[in-house]
Amino acid sequence: MLYKVIRSSLLTAFALAVIVPTSIVILGTFKTDLEIYTKPLALPKSFNLDNFRTLFADGQMIVPFRNSVIVSVFSVFFTLLFASMVSFAIARSITITGKVMLGLFTLGLAIPGQINIVPIFTLFVKLNLNNSLFGLILVNIALTLPISVFIITAFFKDLPKEMFESAGLDGANHWRIYRSIALPLARPAVGATGIFLFVITWNDLLYPLMLINEASKKTLPLVLIDFRGEFATSYSMLFTAIIVASIPMIVMYVVAQKSFIAGLTAGAVKG
Amino acid sequence: MASPALAIYAFLYLYPSISNLLYSTTRWDGVTKPIQIGLRNFTYLLTNDDLFMKVLGNNFRFTLIVVIFQTSLALMFATFLVKNTKMTIFLRTLYFFPTILSSVSVGLIWNFLYDPNFGFINASLKFFGLDALAKNWLADPKLALYAIAVTQIWFHTGQMVIIYVAGLQQIPSDLYEAAQVDGASRWQQFKSVTWPMALPTTAVVVAYTTIQTFRAFDLVYSMAQPASLNGSDLLVNLVYNSAFVGYKFGYAAAQSIYLVILVLLVTWLQRRVLKNKTED
Repeated sequence: MLYKVIRSSLLTAFALAVIVPTSIVILGTFKTDLEIYTKPLALPKSFNLDNFRTLFADGQMIVPFRNSVIVSVFSVFFTLLFASMVSFAIARSITITGKVMLGLFTLGLAIPGQINIVPIFTLFVKLNLNNSLFGLILVNIALTLPISVFIITAFFKDLPKEMFESAGLDGANHWRIYRSIALPLARPAVGATGIFLFVITWNDLLYPLMLINEASKKTLPLVLIDFRGEFATSYSMLFTAIIVASIPMIVMYVVAQKSFIAGLTAGAVKG
Repeated sequence: MASPALAIYAFLYLYPSISNLLYSTTRWDGVTKPIQIGLRNFTYLLTNDDLFMKVLGNNFRFTLIVVIFQTSLALMFATFLVKNTKMTIFLRTLYFFPTILSSVSVGLIWNFLYDPNFGFINASLKFFGLDALAKNWLADPKLALYAIAVTQIWFHTGQMVIIYVAGLQQIPSDLYEAAQVDGASRWQQFKSVTWPMALPTTAVVVAYTTIQTFRAFDLVYSMAQPASLNGSDLLVNLVYNSAFVGYKFGYAAAQSIYLVILVLLVTWLQRRVLKNKTED
């Protein structure tokens, strides 16, 4: 009995800890600053979209939204493509090369990519890759390859070897086996990794902050940070911008909770 | 087939890592020619740099607090939510929700909650007559780090609950049945079955959380206030500031090398401790 009471009160407390701030933000998008300050949890006077209108009126959210979509989609696509190819090569390799390659990528797991901000910044300035979405995509691919290779290689190694061998006897080359057998089989692992990568790249701050300062190239997290200074006290605009920046993630989460959770935990466990 | 991945990885991970080592032995503003100074950055950081020591201390405290509280909370909630019912699945999904937000959004939302004048936390404290507890959370040099640690725990506990639930569901139920036959209380069952059987999962959760706290940058960047006098700065923030605010590129590189050594050392120590424990 006592256990049940303690259990439900603790569970409720943490549920409220998530629900209350989330509600303040969502309700805040329909409120004025004054309403947010005085009654953060009350229902808004009216559910109008004025804040959204103001936010989109000067177009300052549209470009960064587009930039974030471009950077995330291309980063994730190419990371998955390259990672699945190299993982296939590692998993099928019977020589030392496979082990060495896996070792190289494991090194990247142990040492976080954040340590290389100085050399990547100087390299990118030299190559004129700063202030470029292409440069950001390149960095994202390099930084997320280790974890992706790790997850997908583990998946390929668990597949029965005979499946590939019989295809090899039928005369299919590596490419054919990769494309028509390995990749379709790996869909769950690749899908889960893709969701994990999408969340990381969509939300990334450090590298965009360092590499991008032209307004036309900014991604959403950079614009949110700018809001802090620009609208120093305007939480209504800030909350609206946060909702706009989070909508793709929230929609994906509501539609595909299971694969979302699986993806984000696979990244954690394997990492 | 391996070549595109290897090429990008070599060019943007391995090569920069080596450049970083070379930069760390120079005095360099990022513009003029670097001056070789050997290991002087490294010795100076350890002997003369109070800020570095402070931030190092901050990072250790931050990691320790988050690892201890986040892991205990996650394990507790996971034991509450281990069975699959509509309610437990709903709560797990709800708890996980903050994980999908960006750390910038989370930081800015908590800036509002912590706001000394309009913030929800102080308003609630005053509502319950606890005015004395209302503080300027993020501007107080003594409190800022802990305030941000609370945000970090709020942010990632749900993710760790999911990992723990997956681990706890693997524990054979006859172990619990045997314990119940012996008349073990819930707490005794937790101590003699859940805790030892969940140790491998704990190893994963602790290792992941540690790395996560040593790479943390965004929350502090979006929440820290000048008034806290670097009281909440973490190592990656220091490296960033040394390079892009102070234009001391060689010095920043040396700081990041210490960060690598630290991460490797802590990971290695944790592996050893947990290996000994699971072998007992």
